[in-house]
Amino acid sequence: MSIESTLPVLKPADFASDQDVRWCPGCGDYSILAQMKKMLPSLGVPRENIVFISGIGCSSRFPYYMNTYGMHSIHGRAPAVATGLKSARPDLQVWVITGDGDGLSIGGNHLMHAIRRNVDLNIVLFNNRIYGLTKGQYSPTSPLGKKTKSSPMGAIDNPLHPLSIAIGCEATFVARSIDTNIKHLGDILKRAAEHRGTAFVEVYQNCNVFNDGAWEYAKARETKDDTTLELEHGKPLLFGKDRKKGIRLHGLDPEVVELGKGITEDDLLFHDERAAEPSLAYLLSRMRYEDGFPEPIGVFRCVDLPRYDDEVNKQIEKSIKEKGKGDLDALFNSGETWTVE
Amino acid sequence: MATATPSKPVSDLVEATVRFCGDSGDGMQLAGTQFTTTSALLGNDVATFPDFPAEIRAPRGTKAGVSGFQIHFSSTQIFTPGDTVDALVAMNPAALVTNIGDLRDGGILLVNKDAFDKKGLEQAGYETDPLEDGSLDKYKLHSVEMTKLTRLAVDGLGLSQKEADRCRNFFAMGLVFWLYDRSLDPTLRFIEKKFGKLPAVAQANTNALKAGFNYGETVEAIHTQYHVGPAKLKPGTYRNIEGNLALAWGLVAAAQLSNKRLFLGAYPITPASDILHYLSNYKHFDVLTFQAEDEIAAVTATIGAAFAGEMAVTASSGPGIALKGEALGLAVMTELPMLVINVQRGGPSTGLPTKTEQADLNQALFGRNGECPMPVVAARSPGDCFYVVQEAWRIATKFMLPVFVLTDGYIANGSEPWKIPKVAELPRIEIHHPSANGDEFQPYVRDERLSRPWAIPGTPGLEHRIGGLEKANITGNVSYDPVNHEKMCLLREQKVANVADDIPLQEIDGPESGDLLVLSWGGTYGSCATAVHTAQKSGQKVTHCHLRYLNPFPKNLEKILRSFDKVLIPELNLGQLNAIIRARFLIDTIALNKIQGKPFSVIEIVNKINSLVG
Repeated sequence: MSIESTLPVLKPADFASDQDVRWCPGCGDYSILAQMKKMLPSLGVPRENIVFISGIGCSSRFPYYMNTYGMHSIHGRAPAVATGLKSARPDLQVWVITGDGDGLSIGGNHLMHAIRRNVDLNIVLFNNRIYGLTKGQYSPTSPLGKKTKSSPMGAIDNPLHPLSIAIGCEATFVARSIDTNIKHLGDILKRAAEHRGTAFVEVYQNCNVFNDGAWEYAKARETKDDTTLELEHGKPLLFGKDRKKGIRLHGLDPEVVELGKGITEDDLLFHDERAAEPSLAYLLSRMRYEDGFPEPIGVFRCVDLPRYDDEVNKQIEKSIKEKGKGDLDALFNSGETWTVE
Repeated sequence: MATATPSKPVSDLVEATVRFCGDSGDGMQLAGTQFTTTSALLGNDVATFPDFPAEIRAPRGTKAGVSGFQIHFSSTQIFTPGDTVDALVAMNPAALVTNIGDLRDGGILLVNKDAFDKKGLEQAGYETDPLEDGSLDKYKLHSVEMTKLTRLAVDGLGLSQKEADRCRNFFAMGLVFWLYDRSLDPTLRFIEKKFGKLPAVAQANTNALKAGFNYGETVEAIHTQYHVGPAKLKPGTYRNIEGNLALAWGLVAAAQLSNKRLFLGAYPITPASDILHYLSNYKHFDVLTFQAEDEIAAVTATIGAAFAGEMAVTASSGPGIALKGEALGLAVMTELPMLVINVQRGGPSTGLPTKTEQADLNQALFGRNGECPMPVVAARSPGDCFYVVQEAWRIATKFMLPVFVLTDGYIANGSEPWKIPKVAELPRIEIHHPSANGDEFQPYVRDERLSRPWAIPGTPGLEHRIGGLEKANITGNVSYDPVNHEKMCLLREQKVANVADDIPLQEIDGPESGDLLVLSWGGTYGSCATAVHTAQKSGQKVTHCHLRYLNPFPKNLEKILRSFDKVLIPELNLGQLNAIIRARFLIDTIALNKIQGKPFSVIEIVNKINSLVG
């Protein structure tokens, strides 16, 4: 577009609103906010064409801190608000900021339907495995046995796994990153923004007040190389400090193997984010630290499929093309009418 | 008239009421609709009352599965589908037993004799055959072998017996068309349009229709034909219209008149679904319909569309509105214009999905957490739905707030002749969106009406954030300040109150003072207007006041109320408007309540008026 050349070059500070950020000191949300502000200028999208929609929870305060259009809506409903907005105005870049409670508990239905419709939204789910804003109840991603204010004897609800849910809903873009892995996080947010269709990103985010260290295994310098695995399209699944460990398929199940002793990279599973079938992405989403696997980060799946916001407007265009622009007088006078003199 | 020269005497009537009833698979709604269209084309004033069960197909032949359609047609202006029935068509014993109570003494009763077998009688709870035992002697009973005659009429067209029996409603229609001297032409055109691609079916229905008509003309037992002439309606071109269709058209018109695209967020629910059906067929009018995953998504997507700058509408019925409550609070807090349509049905809970009621007024006025005022307007008749939604959208955009529109199952499914307006003559709705002017943008700055600017995403320099947390006035920033909160609650309240400056003064029908004022709202208009006219004709000092605006009230309402010795408030609920009027004005009003899933009959209101003014 020719007008882009005349647009001012935006800097991260241009995306900061005049509001004081009020998350607890040390919260992982600060990092996500910083990476978002840093990444957005690289997209070349005018600030007025960006909208952040959120629900309720700590993460959902996010729109107040962005100098874009935004709405801090009600608990769990951000994907639905965003669906209405984006369907009406496909020209806007719409972000949904949500959390594990907001997105997967009270708003699970809307999240599921936004994803299956493949509305062109960028959904970022801050997963801290706890209800923070309400001061520490277990969330739908809290592990079994988690002792909290509302589960003094330990949580007995099986946790949900956000990426498995998203893939089950036919998500076209699924990714995971970590709040403190800032370069990776920035890259993933950019990939999400560039994807056309619902981009679903889970961010491991630390709540240092109510659930400190929930992701320590994936974040700590000493352990993260063994507990996480960075996905790269077309590359074998390698991890470990010296990248000597890998994931091999054993029947339908993944297994951790050491390279050497006759096992080469060619024996490993190769990542294909563009696979038409989501089976590989699902398998990756099931790899859990507690089961002895490294947890993948990066883009699990990225495929191009029809988008609701696009299709709904295409039907309108098609209808106008076929029937002509609607004429109300003609409509009112259609069918059986009679005249009184 | 396309009918042959009558071979039997024709008796002139001012008006008549006919009801078709049968099993829900018997095509009674179609029969009623066709009779209505034909009568309207003949120039009669018409009012209809479809009444059907919530089950799509209740067990065949049972009382639970009875579906009915009542048409009141007249050579004078009418407002209701009629209290009692002059001619009843009953396709089976269950339909007879559930409907005979409404047939007036001496009324015409046409029954399908073939359905009165042992099983049919048992299902209806008849111990003896009412066609034989003399219990129907006070009616003009015509027991017709409709099944047999229909089968004969379609013989040779290659239809299965089941298919042949499906034409029975056309036989019944033909007979009633003859009885009331109606032309078959509109129905023949309908058959051609609807079944043109299935020649055998089209022919069979045509044969059955004509067979019914000819049966009336030929059979000795039916002596007289009746004629109801055209009504003196205002000059113009008319069509028959149902409330939900008028409402859908009103929305499309409002969008065009305000230069907006229409966005409807909805979830299927009886009796509001037709609004979604109609609008999803108007894509070429630039209408975007979103069938959401639930009622909450329907309303929140609508809020998203309102933020986007669309004419945003959500439509539902009571249970759905209950689910939308929290989101409506968000709409009030964010001060975005949108319409919330409630086609009321019987409640509470799932209640009576296909029956009418007016019991969601309190829900519209108070059904949200916190101090959360919304303007409320209500349609009074099917055709009025067209105008009410345009007025609601005008208010919503002028004052920047969500507006409730109440209709009900009775006017949503009922129909009346509707004078077709010219779009160019409808009032335009002016909407302003701000653009940057160099100053810092303040999303909650207010004009003289207290409404805030509708700045839409994509506008450079007006980037702002809104949400459900309390706002500081002017800046719109989150504020927990106690004094600000009180101020904002009062501002939101005052903004709704200011709507009263922008709506017409309340009109009345009758003298400005007197013994009794009948105060009504919504779909009871027809029964109340007719009852008051009856009272006025008998010399009683009774006036009718029908409210369109339920929040805020027109400014002169209190003065009107205080000009009468007594105020009667008939409602299809347990006294919701009555309680509000008493609380607001400290007037000792009298309630007349009915909560049976049915509209008021005129006589019920007339009797109450008589008991109050003697």
